[in-house]
Amino acid sequence: MARNLRHLGFLALICASLSISGAAVIRPINDAHRSAALEIFVPTDGSFGSLEEAYEALRTFQILGVEKSPEISHATCPVVVEKLGSSSFIPKDLFHALRVNSILGCQIDSRTFEDVASKLQAVIKDANSLLDFHYAVGGLLHIKDYGINVALLDTDGTFHSIKALSQSDGRWRYDSNSAESSTYAAGIALETLAGVVSLADKEVDQSKIGIVEHDIVKLFDSIKSYDDDTLYFDEKHIDASEYKGPLTTSASVVRGVTAFAEVASGRLNIPSDKMLGLAKFFLSIGIPGSTKDLFNQIESLSCLENNRVSIPLILSLPSMVFSLTTRDQLKVEVTTVLGSAAPPLTVSLVQAFRSDSKDTPVMENQELQFDSENTIHYLDIIPLKLDVGKYKLMFEISLHDPENINTYATGGHTSVMAFITGSIKIDKAEIGIFDSDPGNSETLQKLDLSRDSTLSLAANHLQKLHLSFHLTTPLGHHFKPHQVFLKLRHETNVEHIFVMESSARQFKIVLDFLGLVEKIYYLSGKYEIELTVGDAAMENSFLQALGHIELDLPEPPEKAARPPPLPVDPYSRFGPKQEIAHIFRSAERRPPKELSLAFLALTFLPFVGFLIGLMRLGVNLKSFPSSAVPAAFSTLFHAGIAAALLLYVLFWLKLDLFTTLKVLGFLGVFLVFVGHRTLSHHASATAKLKSS
Amino acid sequence: MAKSTSSDAQMLIRSLRTAYAATPTNLKIIDLYVVYAIVTAVIQVVYMVIVGSFPFNSFLSGVLSCVGTAVLAVCLRIQVNKENKEFKDLPPERAYADFVFCNLVLHLVIMNFLG
Repeated sequence: MARNLRHLGFLALICASLSISGAAVIRPINDAHRSAALEIFVPTDGSFGSLEEAYEALRTFQILGVEKSPEISHATCPVVVEKLGSSSFIPKDLFHALRVNSILGCQIDSRTFEDVASKLQAVIKDANSLLDFHYAVGGLLHIKDYGINVALLDTDGTFHSIKALSQSDGRWRYDSNSAESSTYAAGIALETLAGVVSLADKEVDQSKIGIVEHDIVKLFDSIKSYDDDTLYFDEKHIDASEYKGPLTTSASVVRGVTAFAEVASGRLNIPSDKMLGLAKFFLSIGIPGSTKDLFNQIESLSCLENNRVSIPLILSLPSMVFSLTTRDQLKVEVTTVLGSAAPPLTVSLVQAFRSDSKDTPVMENQELQFDSENTIHYLDIIPLKLDVGKYKLMFEISLHDPENINTYATGGHTSVMAFITGSIKIDKAEIGIFDSDPGNSETLQKLDLSRDSTLSLAANHLQKLHLSFHLTTPLGHHFKPHQVFLKLRHETNVEHIFVMESSARQFKIVLDFLGLVEKIYYLSGKYEIELTVGDAAMENSFLQALGHIELDLPEPPEKAARPPPLPVDPYSRFGPKQEIAHIFRSAERRPPKELSLAFLALTFLPFVGFLIGLMRLGVNLKSFPSSAVPAAFSTLFHAGIAAALLLYVLFWLKLDLFTTLKVLGFLGVFLVFVGHRTLSHHASATAKLKSS
Repeated sequence: MAKSTSSDAQMLIRSLRTAYAATPTNLKIIDLYVVYAIVTAVIQVVYMVIVGSFPFNSFLSGVLSCVGTAVLAVCLRIQVNKENKEFKDLPPERAYADFVFCNLVLHLVIMNFLG
């Protein structure tokens, strides 16, 4: 688990390329990488964001042989020129600008280069951190390619300063103040030291180079490995602030070691297996998804392609599945990591094991023939009499030229998984219904399993269903596939699956319905029968419908299990819901209209009686004031009361309380005023009459 | 004795009628108004008994309007009656103004409750 935590992003990529039993499928760089590079390195309007990213893209295109579009030069060259020409300098910017320029070849005059060279030499004189040395020395190396004389002023001093930062375990520190050492920094340091040696105007002391070679050997002691023979470098502490991941760290170390091996006159004492392991690590990633990862992978492989330690040779199979039916040949490719041709060699199949018998090889020591037109080593597998199945093949490479043994890393035995597939013959198929007492074979029907059948069987719970057949490989052996299933599906879509057992060279199943009655939930009715036979090595895996069987089962007892509920269509919840029946209060019984109208008329009768009574009493309007003003007030008073009553009628008919109250307020004030005048006039008139 | 009872009743009624004839006219008007209001209320109650009290609020407002106005009329009669010593100092116009005002308020509430 700790390992998984460390290589999170990686494990996903590696698992994607793992196919069988943990071994990565390793293929050399091919067109898939080229098209991926074009997809991943996408410039925006011709520029890549920063010079560092531009360099990554351009170098990847250069190694893979991908055509770069001319607008990249148009957009990037001005930035390069500006960086190189500016008076204020940062060594990192100059370094990246010079690197990009070495690929693009922008028009820059030699004066600019001389200025930059002198600036970088000044940086080297005062530098005390590894990265400053790295940028300055790297920049000077690129300038040297243009023919400008750049000699390091103090080669020994520079060498000594860089070497002083190394640790005893082969790692390097970034500067004298930092306490933690890093493997990534070791790669950078080695690259820088190689640059110092190549920039030196006189020979560097061989003992110094020997010390660095010793450091490299110590560094290689800390190499780590996965289960499948891939080797990589990683930091000791994953929580360090500068942790970069195994790909970046390994790429840095490979760059540094191969660069140093170029300048070291002797041979570096690194076993070729380690170089091969590193190459396999980079190839086992497949196609990375990010620009930095793809650049690191491609650049490291390009360093490994031509390195002076040992060039890894990759043995890979273009296809891992061989069909006996189409008489395929076993084909093997041996190339360098970037897909270039290997030196003359022979591939031999040392051993082949079947996956189910890992100890005894089924074949030994077959030499593969070489097809020089397609540069492929091949072997006919039909004469080998290999049956269908999964195989582990172990190959060995032997170089023709003995001098190449030190130059190339072939690895010992390379093991690869492969499938041999063929068409399986299925015959002697029989099906029948028995009664409980042992039945005779005459009741069995012959079945042709190469096509669907339409059998119509019937059974009750006291009988048994018998089905058997033979499976034979192309070589005539009994075949045991992974999947041999018999499925019974009821009309209500309840399914039951039974695995068929193999015994004595045949596959047979006997369904005893008496024992199965509970498992089938006591469901009687028509069951569809389906037979499935399948395996990875079987080219004609099939799923056949055999027909149907009517099962007559007894009634389920009370405690029997119900069949599982069928899956409900998950979208049915979006359909219409059940209709809701609302319960309303039943309407009150109203009286008939005539009755109501009759009583309405009856209600007005007392009013009529009141008026008649008033006339009988001799009601008169004698007290009504005769003079104008009081008369007016009286009229207004009576009119106001009438208006109030009218307002009430309107209120009942259509007005609301607020409007009514508002109007009533005004009316009330008016009435009070008018009524007061009228009544006080009437009172004074009455008092006058009484006194007189 | 039955005969004397009936003749006693007849004498009682006759004396009541003559006494009543002596009341002032305005009091008679008020009495007539009260009788009118009560008869209207009785008719509404009879209607309710026949058809049921479904819009009960309407029934109540109708009946209470009649009863309320009758009560106010009785109060007016008490206050206006000159033989009533208690309200000697109250001018009848003031009593009448109160009667009008209270009726207006009563009928506003009634109309609101009528529905």
